[in-house]
Amino acid sequence: MRTDRGRGLVAAVLAVTLVALPRTSGADLVAALSNSLVAITTGFSGTNVLLFGTTRGEGAVVVAVRGPERNEVVRRKGRTFGIWINEKEMSFQHVPAFYALAASQPIDEVVPKAAAARHQIGVDHVRLQPVNPKDTGAELKTFRDALIRNKQRLGLYSIAPAPITFIGGTLFRADMYIPANAPVGTYSVNIFLVRDGYVVAAESTPLIVSKVGFEARMYDFAHRWAPAYGLLAIVVAVVAGWLANLVFRKE
Amino acid sequence: MDIYLPIAEISVNGFLLLGLGALVGFMSGLFGVGGGFLMTPLLIFIGVPSPVAVATQANQIVASSVSGVLAHWRRDNVDVKMGVVLVSGGFVGSTVGIWIFTLLNNIGQIDLVIRLAFVIFLGVIGLLMLIESIRSHFRKSRAPAARDRRTWIDRLPLKMRFRRSRLYISVLLPLGVGFIVGMLVAVMGVGGGFIMVPAMIYLLGMPTSVVIGTSLFQIIFVSANVTMLQSMTNQTVDLVLAMLLLVGGVIGAQFGVRAGARLKGDQLRTLLAVLVLAVAGKLAYDLVVTPDDLYSLSGMTGK
Repeated sequence: MRTDRGRGLVAAVLAVTLVALPRTSGADLVAALSNSLVAITTGFSGTNVLLFGTTRGEGAVVVAVRGPERNEVVRRKGRTFGIWINEKEMSFQHVPAFYALAASQPIDEVVPKAAAARHQIGVDHVRLQPVNPKDTGAELKTFRDALIRNKQRLGLYSIAPAPITFIGGTLFRADMYIPANAPVGTYSVNIFLVRDGYVVAAESTPLIVSKVGFEARMYDFAHRWAPAYGLLAIVVAVVAGWLANLVFRKE
Repeated sequence: MDIYLPIAEISVNGFLLLGLGALVGFMSGLFGVGGGFLMTPLLIFIGVPSPVAVATQANQIVASSVSGVLAHWRRDNVDVKMGVVLVSGGFVGSTVGIWIFTLLNNIGQIDLVIRLAFVIFLGVIGLLMLIESIRSHFRKSRAPAARDRRTWIDRLPLKMRFRRSRLYISVLLPLGVGFIVGMLVAVMGVGGGFIMVPAMIYLLGMPTSVVIGTSLFQIIFVSANVTMLQSMTNQTVDLVLAMLLLVGGVIGAQFGVRAGARLKGDQLRTLLAVLVLAVAGKLAYDLVVTPDDLYSLSGMTGK
């Protein structure tokens, strides 16, 4: 009985693997990152991550880099007594903190709207759901647009797709820029092969953006051991003030 | 040389921060003021999120008041008893202030309140200083008018003797002053010297000689309390930022003190008044001018 079930399980796994294999590792699309860890250190001022890969057959390559998801609050200012004050707000959930796009061909020409929406290709197709389901209609759209616009101004959402260059027909490369203000977390780099308006192959690879060394320890310390961090800040300040006084006294 | 600030989570030119520290340090050396009221708006101008600017500034004030109070301590210019009473009020005030800060932060109005508070306080104080210094141009010798009229202030209960200040006043008075200044430290990230010093002279009637020392003495404890509470509730104290500003500030203050020795008192006050008004003006302009984008994301500062 037990062995039968075990055998059945193995068979099922094999069957799934066999069915799945030609699609995922059929090598229509293979891609990798030059570096799957972006380390934020003291001197960090943004970096390029090289994505390279090969395709088999015709098609355009589109890459979408999505940052970790979080909730975002968008606020609208209104004028009260001549002063601009935040008046209305709308919260969105599962908002990628970062979104960058790259394409080997003009994106509007190769990716139809339906495919773009399904695979969330392009900032206009990123799924941004309001936390409050009552938020709908034109108001939702203006806040949604405002969210994207603000993200673009911060350099966290791409405005125009970055180029992907093909070298010798099948080998492609793309430089994905990770800016200095990129939020930390696990990013996913989604690579699509688009042929005749359909996504025929897709691959996803993670990219970790992380504070390392001193910055990471400091941030971690400040959040996990908040009272100790506060105490340290006070002690450092007192000692610094005392040292400064010593310097002054020499004068 | 870009430096990544781990708490503010932005990359800022390190020399710019050192320069800002030096500039404000120079001002504080020149005018004998804490400089928090200049530094916090400047940090906001260069893009540091205002909650981080305020909290970090509180930490830096601990350092600058320690360095300042030591000189006064050696000259016995600190009324410790008065200081302790002010601190008691300040602790309660700053705790309430942090609570208000967190509340405002959550409803998305902290940025507005910080800017408004600065506009109001800097505007009023700058104007008063300007009027005062213009007046003293015409009337050369004028002693500061200490509180001499008998008012409701003298009828308050719970009188206490402050030997060093030669005062016998209700304890409620310094407690109240401490409370209000503590609240300002928490919400605005300023030492509060610019409120505390006039309040001590005109409201409490303390002798001028002990005012600065006692004010610095109490600011240490109140800003330390704010640093602690900000660290615990909002995690907005950026030590790297504080250190950079401090290094610049120490150097700048030395030059400021020397430059100050060459200028006359009323010239200095006029300059300071103009400077304070300029900062207030810039902040007020930002509040009134139509923003480029009416929509903003939480955590962003203004434009």
